Amino acid sequence: MNHARQIAQQLAFTRREFLRNATGVALGSALLRPGAFAHAATPSSKRKVVVITFGGGARDQETFAPEGQENIPHLMRELIPQSAFFAQVVNRGILGHYVATASLATGVYETINNFASLPPESPTVFEYFRKDFRRPASDAWVVAPSNGFNRIGESSHRGFGPGSGARVILPKYLLSAATSGSADYGHLLRDSYETPLSAPELGGSTFELEQMERILKLSVADFRSHARTLSSPDELSVYIVRQLMRQLAPSLLWVTMHDIDIAHAGAYSLYIEGIRRTDRLCAELWKAIQSEPEYAGKTNLFILPDFGRDSDDDPGGNGFQHHRTGDALSRTTWMMALGPGVREGVVFDHRVETIDFVPTLGALMGFSPSFSPGKPIAELL
Amino acid sequence: MLPADLKPEQFSGYPPEARKLALDYLAVFQRLPLSFLPNLLREVIDYDYRFPAERKTLEKELETLRSLSAPELKEWFREFAGIQLSAKLERFDWINSPSQFVEQLSSHLWTTHQLDAFRKAATEYADRLHVAVQPDPPVLPRLGIAVIGQGVDTHEEPLFRKLRPQGAYFTGIQPDNGLQHLLDVVASRAKSAPLPYAHWYIDGGQALSHAQAITCVSYKNLEPARAALLTRIQAETTKAGAGPEALRTVMAQMRPADLGFDESGDRVLDHFQVKLLTEGSGTQIFSTSFAQWAAREALRRAQPLTLVVRFAPRQRQKPMNELLSPSHEPAELDPMGSLVDADMGAYYNWINQQRLPGSEKSLFLAWFENHKEAVAISPSMPRGTVSTSAATLPELLSWMA
Repeated sequence: MNHARQIAQQLAFTRREFLRNATGVALGSALLRPGAFAHAATPSSKRKVVVITFGGGARDQETFAPEGQENIPHLMRELIPQSAFFAQVVNRGILGHYVATASLATGVYETINNFASLPPESPTVFEYFRKDFRRPASDAWVVAPSNGFNRIGESSHRGFGPGSGARVILPKYLLSAATSGSADYGHLLRDSYETPLSAPELGGSTFELEQMERILKLSVADFRSHARTLSSPDELSVYIVRQLMRQLAPSLLWVTMHDIDIAHAGAYSLYIEGIRRTDRLCAELWKAIQSEPEYAGKTNLFILPDFGRDSDDDPGGNGFQHHRTGDALSRTTWMMALGPGVREGVVFDHRVETIDFVPTLGALMGFSPSFSPGKPIAELL
Repeated sequence: MLPADLKPEQFSGYPPEARKLALDYLAVFQRLPLSFLPNLLREVIDYDYRFPAERKTLEKELETLRSLSAPELKEWFREFAGIQLSAKLERFDWINSPSQFVEQLSSHLWTTHQLDAFRKAATEYADRLHVAVQPDPPVLPRLGIAVIGQGVDTHEEPLFRKLRPQGAYFTGIQPDNGLQHLLDVVASRAKSAPLPYAHWYIDGGQALSHAQAITCVSYKNLEPARAALLTRIQAETTKAGAGPEALRTVMAQMRPADLGFDESGDRVLDHFQVKLLTEGSGTQIFSTSFAQWAAREALRRAQPLTLVVRFAPRQRQKPMNELLSPSHEPAELDPMGSLVDADMGAYYNWINQQRLPGSEKSLFLAWFENHKEAVAISPSMPRGTVSTSAATLPELLSWMA
């Protein structure tokens, strides 16, 4: 067994022990065999899925390790007891946020330029979903943080591509347009923390302000006014997600959080603030899912980081600040699954990969992610 | 082009001492794989601006490589030789732009899923080199000092949580004249071991008066350079076709004169300071990030015997476009957030100090400025202990020795 694999297993083990001690959850592999879940009665065609990427990457020591649990009170106390928790989710791909999120959304380790405005090369989960179920464009949406994510909804793959995937909303872009770059809103409008000094040009079709009024029934004035009450881009994203849920109730909704990535600026306190905010927003979205009639009782929520951050021990990195070394800590994360058919309060510590996520959604929802080499996670089927 | 095709005239663009070094070891370079050599040339090309410790390390590495027989060299670089490079990388001007090559190599390794193989190759090489080249022990036990919490009267969160298990936590420190005592200690050590760039004082704000023998870097002193850099960045990002890669290339090529440094200054230190601003992330805008990164780089590169780092309050987080615009308005500060940043920064200073030779005898002190709390780490300090006894900082330092 190689060193990285050993470290990943150790991470999973310690996460499992922390969770068992802190929340009393059970160890799944000792209790269950694959296929033991009795799925709720919701037919695949009625099922809805919401995905939150716990964005920007966060390490165990600031989250699930004992000293980090104070930063994620909502995950620890409210969500984990209701979830199946996968403690060893390994990303073997490129650790840049856009390309890693694209890999999550395609089930293929994408190799596109992280900083260019390019679509994924393999079909996305949104394209599989819409094609197999003949769903309209209004049934799959992505809410994402920065210009670079504008192409994530649909791939450049022959047979899929333009018009066959998800619509993408960039709330910061909308706010920037709504305010003409006014300083009042400036603190929300930073494009990316990985390359804070420049933003990629928008490519593909762009969701514009007039569509916000028409599709989301949200006036520019109301949007601007509400933004005044928010402290971060991720709060703005959650606000837009809630509008989407109320107005369109899409069956497949993907939210990419990003505040945590302020860590790139090297200020530890701001990184911790980002984790605490993301923790709170995840719980708010789960409550929203349970309170919206279109979602309550038939929605699975998946929360997972795209990857972690560098360890303090790797001399090639600078601890929490970046995710550049490709060490085991930065590659090994976790996933939480909630909702109908999911066994609550169980931890699974065997290894799964981030590219297993789309095949798992395919198996749950009933579409065929034929170009993904990943495997469905048996414990969720 | 491949290393085997290297010719002496191709190093004509190198600074004088670097060129001489490169020509001395040209035969060695010709035997190395392209996946490795530009990483080495990155050090060579900056040889004129390197600290003595770095020069010595590089010279030893080159001499070790020269001493290897053909079979030994093959064995040392077998993993690197297995890395597949693209024709584009082979065509790149890696002789004159090794840093940019390494950046592109990094992207290539990620894209082709060879990063793990490269990490393995690099780790094995470092391990072999470590065995072959024994580092010199420091002439004094190293002393690192981190002073955190400037401008904070009270705080709720416990401090030094990561450092406490490594040493003794004191809650009865008498803070009077504490900073002056600490700078006096640095001056005294500089006098007893008068080596160049061996005793440092890094301040995240305005540097205090200090002995001339101490190498000093301060955030305040670099204000004009930071303003010049941000103006340059703004100009670059508004150019057509500007992107992250182009901007990084421009920043990598910056020299002290580009940021307004006086050409009669200390060229080694000036280059170091330019790199802090052009290579560090957040160092241009947050003083806490600057102090931590400056300490990391000083330890990694200069391997100082003594390093005092005083963190200062950073500006409150503002929008990036506002932060990147030089302004005459005084920045609003965030002392509490800065305390948290600095607490983590102190921990990183200790980790980075422990990576240097002689770590088993190293001393480290972290102090909450003008307050009673401190952590002392040394071979004589029992780990994970707490003392409520009254003590001055000089007393504490004497117990650590």
